[in-house]
Amino acid sequence: MNRRSFLKTTAATAIVAGAGSLPAFAADEPLKIGFIYVGPVGDMGWSYQHDQGRQAIEAAYGDKVQTSFIENVPEGPDAERALTQLALEGNKLIFATSFGFMDAVMNVAKKFPDVKFEHATGYKLSDNVAIYDAKFFQGRAIQGTIGGRMTKTNKIGYIASFPIPEVYQGINAAYLAAKKVNPDVEMKVVWAYTWFDPAKEADAAAALIADGVDVLLQHTDSTAPQAKAQEAGNVITFGQASDMSSFAPMPRVSSTIDNWAPYYVKRAGAMMDGAWASQATWGGIDTGMVEIGEISDAVPAEVKAEALQLKEDIASGKVHPFTGPLKKQDGSAFLADGEMATDELLHSMTFYVEGITAEPPK
Amino acid sequence: MIVGGIDIVSLTATLMGASTPVLLAATGELVAEKSGVLNLGVEGMMIMGAVAGFAAAVATGNPVLGFAMGAVAGALMATLFAFLTQKLLSNQVATGLALTLFGLGLSALIGKGYEGVRPPPTAKIDFGPLSDIPVLGRILFSHDWMVYLSLILVAVVWYVLRSTRAGLILRAVGESHDAAHALGYRVVAVRFAALAFGGALAGLGGAYLSLVRVPQWTEGMTAGAGWIALAIVVFASWRPWRVLLGAYLFGGITALQLQLQAAGYAIPVHILSMAPYVITIVVLVILSAIHRHGVQAAPASLGKSFHASS
Repeated sequence: MNRRSFLKTTAATAIVAGAGSLPAFAADEPLKIGFIYVGPVGDMGWSYQHDQGRQAIEAAYGDKVQTSFIENVPEGPDAERALTQLALEGNKLIFATSFGFMDAVMNVAKKFPDVKFEHATGYKLSDNVAIYDAKFFQGRAIQGTIGGRMTKTNKIGYIASFPIPEVYQGINAAYLAAKKVNPDVEMKVVWAYTWFDPAKEADAAAALIADGVDVLLQHTDSTAPQAKAQEAGNVITFGQASDMSSFAPMPRVSSTIDNWAPYYVKRAGAMMDGAWASQATWGGIDTGMVEIGEISDAVPAEVKAEALQLKEDIASGKVHPFTGPLKKQDGSAFLADGEMATDELLHSMTFYVEGITAEPPK
Repeated sequence: MIVGGIDIVSLTATLMGASTPVLLAATGELVAEKSGVLNLGVEGMMIMGAVAGFAAAVATGNPVLGFAMGAVAGALMATLFAFLTQKLLSNQVATGLALTLFGLGLSALIGKGYEGVRPPPTAKIDFGPLSDIPVLGRILFSHDWMVYLSLILVAVVWYVLRSTRAGLILRAVGESHDAAHALGYRVVAVRFAALAFGGALAGLGGAYLSLVRVPQWTEGMTAGAGWIALAIVVFASWRPWRVLLGAYLFGGITALQLQLQAAGYAIPVHILSMAPYVITIVVLVILSAIHRHGVQAAPASLGKSFHASS
């Protein structure tokens, strides 16, 4: 634990202490639902979007629910403490909204068998732990299409967070889509090893832009890369997790929006009806969990039309961003001709596809 | 100019911007330490400068006022430190650490309403045709005014410390406060001034981070820059020009490793990020080996409390 996370937890604990209320004794006490976020609600990206989902629960059920959240929870042992705290406060349904909370969720879930947990983007299930995730890579394919068409330098930059399947899916999907419309395209990847660190994200963006990138994709949560691209002037970006529309029409030309609200409302409802069950959900464009933000006027009309067509085809299942023949970066076979990647295959994707020249981190 | 897939020119230009916060903070800390006070609160002063500068720039729409406010906030933090260590004679190391923790917490509190807000842009200086000169134009004439100010400050600090009466007094206080006191110099007043100057520069560095380099406010955004600044002062063995060298070497290390990645190298990120501290330790060892029998590189009274009665 570093100094910064220590402070964050101290602050986080203080927020919880403030938000906690006296236990209610009435029979019809509201269902208490807790959330932990990896960044601040004000990141205008990932955590902001989850908090929109939390507010949707309150809007849908009013007095019947009572929600609270802890923001800036570092991934690791601190998460366990935050989750325990929420469980002890009487929350019956707890959402943990970052990949790195996975083991903490499993540990705490074991100690509180009566509390139901929902873990975002993870892969471990148990009787009282459900997982949910969105097919962000579908949005990446659309971004890759727009990027591949619009790049003048033929260099697309990707600010990656951690080397996990979700991020590899994004890089590969964007690259494959871009290469389809522009065979000369080259993918530049920078690993920032953070979900949220504006200074580092800004530096990563600056490094990629200095390297000649004019299409910038980010898998990190802050708007700092958008600000850097705006400064550079001729670089286009895409809103990540949230619409980031304050940067439209340039540099932000479109976005992938994570819409958790319907899922959160549904799960809270199931909890109240006693119908909650552990399950794995992986929603995409078709279920509305992944939304494509408005494509701005900076994108030529025919490119916009192409992107929207792709969106429809992905939603209808006609097109899958990972369709064979595909090889891995090292030349070994990945998908046969016409074969579409299964969810299981994608869940274990920790490699680049053929054509990406960057070295994966070790 | 491309070496090994890396554009040296743009790397240098990026480096200069990226290093400016630590350069400013390290220059300030150098002055404070030259007066004989070890202020470990650089990180806390920087982050207060970052939040205060950001708030002021957003409120007024003027980045210059933002930087001014950042400097004031840093100086106020330093004055608090000076009061505690010089008047109340508290332990400098403990007080400095407390100042860092205090600054991180207070800035998070103040900054709550500023997350996701965009600051007014800081203009780059227009050098006209000068910036079109190949290589040099991009490196020397493509920055905002704070980068030049930071370089000027290094030169000024070097000149004042070396060639002026004020610099001589400052160094005398840092080398032997008892002797300086016996000669009639007001040791505590000199140290107050040196600390406030150091704090102001740290605040400026913080404001540069939130107003130019990111530009955005987030909790804990200095992310250890203050500690690197402290390491640089030691690495530089308390000499201004070496501070500049150290800042460009270490301050830019994040920018450098990201740029190496962009160029397609697989970089052991964690090794690079501990490099400044490892090198500082090595330099310390070398310095103490060289100076075993002679003059120490550090100011002789560094970290010692002074009271006129003792």
